[in-house]
Amino acid sequence: MAAPQAKASARLDALQTGPGFGAARADALARLRAMGLPDRRDEYWRYTDPATLNVQAAPAAPVFDASDEAPLFDALDRVKLVFVDGVFDPAASDDPALAGVEILRLADAPDISWANGLYGTLETAGQTPVARPFAALNTAAATDGILIRATARAAKPVHLIYIHESETSDPILHHLVKVEPGAELTLLETGPAGARFNKVLEVDVATGGRFHHVQVQGRDHQRRAVTHLFTRVAEEALFKSFTLTANGVLTRNECVIDIAGDDAVAHVAGAALGDGATGAFHHDDTVFITHGAERGESRQVFKKVLKHGAVGTFQGKILVKPGAQKTDGYQISQSLLLDDDSQFLAKPELEIYADDVKCSHGSTTGALDETALFYLRSRGVPQEEAVALLVLSFLADAIAEIEDEDIQAEIVARLEAWLSRHRG
Amino acid sequence: MLEIKNLHVKLEDEDKQILKGVNLTVEPGKVHAIMGPNGSGKSTLSYVLSGRDGYEVTEGSATLEGADLLEMEPEERAAAGLFLAFQYPVEIPGVGNMTFLRTAVNAQRKARGQDELSAGEFLKVVREKAKTLKIDAEMLKRPVNVGFSGGEKKRNEILQMAMLEPKMCILDETDSGLDVDAMKLVADGVNALRDAGRSFLVITHYQRLLDHIKPDVVHIMADGRIIRTGGPELALEVEQNGYADILAEAQ
Repeated sequence: MAAPQAKASARLDALQTGPGFGAARADALARLRAMGLPDRRDEYWRYTDPATLNVQAAPAAPVFDASDEAPLFDALDRVKLVFVDGVFDPAASDDPALAGVEILRLADAPDISWANGLYGTLETAGQTPVARPFAALNTAAATDGILIRATARAAKPVHLIYIHESETSDPILHHLVKVEPGAELTLLETGPAGARFNKVLEVDVATGGRFHHVQVQGRDHQRRAVTHLFTRVAEEALFKSFTLTANGVLTRNECVIDIAGDDAVAHVAGAALGDGATGAFHHDDTVFITHGAERGESRQVFKKVLKHGAVGTFQGKILVKPGAQKTDGYQISQSLLLDDDSQFLAKPELEIYADDVKCSHGSTTGALDETALFYLRSRGVPQEEAVALLVLSFLADAIAEIEDEDIQAEIVARLEAWLSRHRG
Repeated sequence: MLEIKNLHVKLEDEDKQILKGVNLTVEPGKVHAIMGPNGSGKSTLSYVLSGRDGYEVTEGSATLEGADLLEMEPEERAAAGLFLAFQYPVEIPGVGNMTFLRTAVNAQRKARGQDELSAGEFLKVVREKAKTLKIDAEMLKRPVNVGFSGGEKKRNEILQMAMLEPKMCILDETDSGLDVDAMKLVADGVNALRDAGRSFLVITHYQRLLDHIKPDVVHIMADGRIIRTGGPELALEVEQNGYADILAEAQ
């Protein structure tokens, strides 16, 4: 273990804090140094090897040519903000003017009170009871990001586009979203971002606010990503997040949700598609939901389609604190293994300290339903098309978590395209 | 239309012979019924004809209009004009009934070298056919067979049949689980599809379905063979006396 430890320390030793938010940066760096980077011996990293996330330089990832598909959400009216290998590209971006929404750049180190109050706050809270070193690293070292504050219902989504051009880029971005009482915002994120992407998104949804999030991680086979989404959902507020991941040698998406106000709703969903025949695939969804208020509703829907040695993992926990009565917590994690070579590892957890709650979790792994396949084929649907239909059927619950129909249609089209490229 | 000669079939995974020499010829425009006790091989015959995995043909042949069915994939058999109405229609969550129907219709048209139907054309046809089967718009929108009652599932099978316009229709215990009204509705749907170019093979335990779908020929199947063939009166005989006499006579 000596070698990886040494490399891990090298990364920490070389770490420099990013612009602005001085106190939060220094605090994060101190916390990170105290906790250290993870290794396989950490229970929380048992299913995913963090070695390539720990090393100082990002392992190279060739840039994937995705020009066979039109850019996602091109048909939608939205505010585009473009990052190339983690560097904001103003020329490629729209003018960040949107009624009722304030949009700023983290790299400009704006000294504004709402951002100062939020930066690193949810990340810090999310470090208990489980340490999340890469999130602390991000808070300390993020070089850029977008700070968004919605004070009204945004007329269109904000779309962060992540372009990957350098084979060794190692971007660290930290975004803040503050949805003020009664306001509503949709945030879209698409693209690979870099060879090794570390992203933190902190989302504070105030009373009665609504936040919708849809992200699609890039198709680059060798890209790595470790992302954290921290959210605090206040009274009667709503938070919904959906992630599509197709390809990627290593992806760890952590989502930490604090149901902080009564009658709050939080849904988090993901669809991951991996085909080891076109490149190694390891996808990890790690979710921690804390119910700290009454009548909260949380829903986790994670689906993975794996073949040719692809690996999917899921760790999901619902913690219901004392007094969080009438909590309704639901968790489902499922994998569809299209052959005998692939692997799905799941660790669902419930920890409940209130006596009047409804919590359920389920995890399944299985092959395609042969009877359903025969049924479709007996109607004249060719084998490959029938498989694609059944895969979409399997993913349907997760896709249904996307509220906007146009966005949903684009996601379905992406899924269909991936399935048609990965036949057999 | 359909010609089965000396068909022998065993289970793929175990040494169990199910069909032991089935001979059957169904002429164009005719309705043949196959009756028989449980375990006689009726459903196996329907699965083998439509190409389900898990069976091994050890001897004999089955052709549809001269084409060798046993060499074809299930979707090729469908495109060639074979249709199996399932005893237990399969639920497919997350796939709309309409999407399913349209995918099936267009896949078959494509296989036959015809143009695909546009969304508008398809909708017009499906609505018309659904109406006669008392399938409402809501049922068309729902995921395939999910939450359907037994009767709705069977009506949905007949709707698929009506949309796909097969030449050779096999109905596998379509009456099972249906009350009298539902059975009549399904039978009316089938009867509406009867014409000189379309044949039916109706598999059933009971004579009652044959009150509504009048067969030209009735076969009795037992222990993997057709042991007797006759007219509609044979079904009545079974209804009155059971299979015992016929079985005894065959031995």
